[in-house]
Amino acid sequence: MLYFSRWKALAIVAACAIISLMAVPSLLPPAAFNDLPGFLQRKIVLGLDLQGGSYIVLQVDQAEVRKARLEQLRDDARRVLRDARVGYSGLNIQNNAVQVVIREGQDAALALTKLRELAQPLGGVLQGSGQLDTSVSASGNTITLALTDAGIQSRTIQAVSQSIEIIRKRIDQLGTTEPSIQRQGADRIQVQVPGLQDPSRLKALLGQTAKLTFRLVDTSMSPQQAEQSRPPAGTEILQSQDNPPTPYLIEQRILVAGEDLVDAQPGFDSNTREPIVTFRFNTNGARRFAEATQANVGRPFAIVLDNRVISAPVIREPILGGSGQISGNFTVQQANDLAILLRAGALPVPLQVVEERTVGPGLGADSIQAGMTASWVGAALVAAFMIATYGLFGVIAVFAVAVNVGMILGALAMLGATLTLPGIAGIVLTVGIAVDSNVLIYERIREEARAGRSAISAIDAGFTRALATILDSNITTFIAAAVLFYIGSGPVRGFAITFGIGIITTVFTAFTLTRLMVALWVRWQRPQRVPI
Amino acid sequence: MRLLRIVPDDTNFDFMRFRRISFPISALLSIVALVAFLTLGLNFGIDFKGGTLLEVRYPNNTLDIGDVRTKLEGLQLGEVQIQEIGSDGEVLIRVAQQPGGEQAQQAVVGKVRATLGDQVEYRRVEVVGPRVSQELLSYGIIGLMLAVVAILIYLWFRFEWQFALGASIANFHDIVLTIGFMSIFRIDFDLTSVAALLTILGYSLNDTIVIYDRIREMLRRYKKMPIDELLNHSVNSTLSRSVITHVTVTLALLALVLFGGRAIHSFSVTMMFGVVLVGTYTSIFIASPLLIYLGVNTRTVEEASKAAREPGKGAAKDAAKDVAKDVAKPGRAAT
Repeated sequence: MLYFSRWKALAIVAACAIISLMAVPSLLPPAAFNDLPGFLQRKIVLGLDLQGGSYIVLQVDQAEVRKARLEQLRDDARRVLRDARVGYSGLNIQNNAVQVVIREGQDAALALTKLRELAQPLGGVLQGSGQLDTSVSASGNTITLALTDAGIQSRTIQAVSQSIEIIRKRIDQLGTTEPSIQRQGADRIQVQVPGLQDPSRLKALLGQTAKLTFRLVDTSMSPQQAEQSRPPAGTEILQSQDNPPTPYLIEQRILVAGEDLVDAQPGFDSNTREPIVTFRFNTNGARRFAEATQANVGRPFAIVLDNRVISAPVIREPILGGSGQISGNFTVQQANDLAILLRAGALPVPLQVVEERTVGPGLGADSIQAGMTASWVGAALVAAFMIATYGLFGVIAVFAVAVNVGMILGALAMLGATLTLPGIAGIVLTVGIAVDSNVLIYERIREEARAGRSAISAIDAGFTRALATILDSNITTFIAAAVLFYIGSGPVRGFAITFGIGIITTVFTAFTLTRLMVALWVRWQRPQRVPI
Repeated sequence: MRLLRIVPDDTNFDFMRFRRISFPISALLSIVALVAFLTLGLNFGIDFKGGTLLEVRYPNNTLDIGDVRTKLEGLQLGEVQIQEIGSDGEVLIRVAQQPGGEQAQQAVVGKVRATLGDQVEYRRVEVVGPRVSQELLSYGIIGLMLAVVAILIYLWFRFEWQFALGASIANFHDIVLTIGFMSIFRIDFDLTSVAALLTILGYSLNDTIVIYDRIREMLRRYKKMPIDELLNHSVNSTLSRSVITHVTVTLALLALVLFGGRAIHSFSVTMMFGVVLVGTYTSIFIASPLLIYLGVNTRTVEEASKAAREPGKGAAKDAAKDVAKDVAKPGRAAT
């Protein structure tokens, strides 16, 4: 147990040194870090609980996905049946399906064939699995188009992907460093933005669908009248965003929508000096906006964002240039944010915030401080105790544990793992537990010596017997850490990572470094008596 | 230099006799823990219960806790807990989950911020919606069970079944007592607590396995020794290690409890209880004597090792060979 070939000894020292040194770049100031060659630019990421920041989980509303698809299906069905000149009645949405009754029995077969074409293959046409997103069935004259679960699933996944793109565009505009946006499960998006003072602006940017439409205002009756009776067909009542809100009677038909915008910028109105947002349409949008304004000079039109009226100016003259401006009593920041939202585009479906955790920079700094203090105090106490108990062998143990901590940090840097406050606790705990492997070895050596072995033979036997136990006992702890890594998220996962890595490095150093150091000492001193 | 020696050499305590005291005590404590868990329940934190938590600091002694209370009660948010923490003008505000789905939870933060104004520092804001809290709870429970099963399977492979069963009973005992502790002292039960429980589980087993390893070794070596005596001998010969490791872990945890900050305080305190008080006690006073009742004797180990290895080798050597194969160079001690 105590013999090492020169190469093996060198390999052990090199492995410990290299892994520990990987932690060094994380300690460098940013300027020096950037000067390093690329393969060394790996660093420990501080968790949001340490550097401050926001962790937000957004969820795509499956009900909305379903609703949107059903409405689309209903409109498509109407068009298809009209094109095929099939008479129908009662086209509506019922229990997750679109239902329609065909008037004439002989048309039913034709209608069924036509409606079947509306079902779309899953996973695109090319790599389709042959499954469809809609099942179309007929019973008598009633045809039902029901959404399949697989169809909803694949649309949700699509909606998440699109939303991630749009969220990324929106967050990039905030100019924060290193935001992380990831899919989580089938219908969630996890957003982590470090170093943000106030997440309410971020949430406002994420929580808005930002569906912008330009529509005409119906002036045939006042909104109050419409509220009392019923809005005329093809119109709806929408509230303005002011406080208290003013109702408007707005046509449902959309003149131009946000998809046709190519640019939006915040600015100031040259006359009133009020913050505004200027925008430009693409060719298609510009043409449609020109036609609509030409035909409706003198009438008010409304700019509607997520079903709220921002403003409803009167069209004084046709707008032909394809650009315009939105004013609506904005503050500078509101104008700014609206421009961001319009540039990034609308989310395919509304998103809900289902979890939010924000740590202010003050608390983060305090936590780093607390973690450092606890680490140093813990390490000092353990080191003092070990040296008091085992003398020189205690020094060896403390050195092994120090290398151990260095290797944990190095491994964290190499993996690009996140260090959280519970993660620091994991390191402190590892210090307490890592010395256990040394204790096991040393106690065993003492026992063997008491049993009458010579010093060298006792040390040899001590290592041999203790290492089996060290492996056995650490595997169970490692299983616990692995499970924790699997189920945990955020800070808790940070604990699982450091604790798990700590167990591996502990076993590694016990098998190699501690043994090597004791072996070197034995060779040098040739002890007659076990020194512990 | 004279070295510190906490446990004298060659102790010979009759630990096995203590089982007449330790078993009833543990049974009683387990019942107390279970009753506490069933009547008081656990003090679920925001992770599992959902709701909103804000940590707010009032700068320069401007905190008027009564004023904060009146203001927030005026919001009619249902159950609101307001607690002054530390002496630095910090307040912890917990608002119970609101009826009305995910959006209703989000609205709480806005209302509280509007009420308390921008003059205060918002150090921490957490909102967990009903869906997420449900999921986190089931993840936590599944995780605990998964860990227990995985560890059991490992033990079953590595040891004879009597040992695996003994360790599991001891383990279960640890978890029950720790949960009882958290219930009685109203310690926040959240994801970090699950982390603490899992670590306690791993650590307590670690301790148990060290002693079990020794028992197995002794069983192979001393075939004629009565089981009581053999167990006693095993516990005594590992006693020094148990105590020293116990001290180092306690020192590390003490640093965490005293200086680790509030964010992990409940974690550290739970660990302190589970690892320091329960874990070590269990290994010595519960897990080891249990083996007597589970019918462990020389034959248990003999049969198992005969089945697993070729016969004819020295039993004592076997224990060492388990692991040392690739690292050991037998017969070449440093010369």
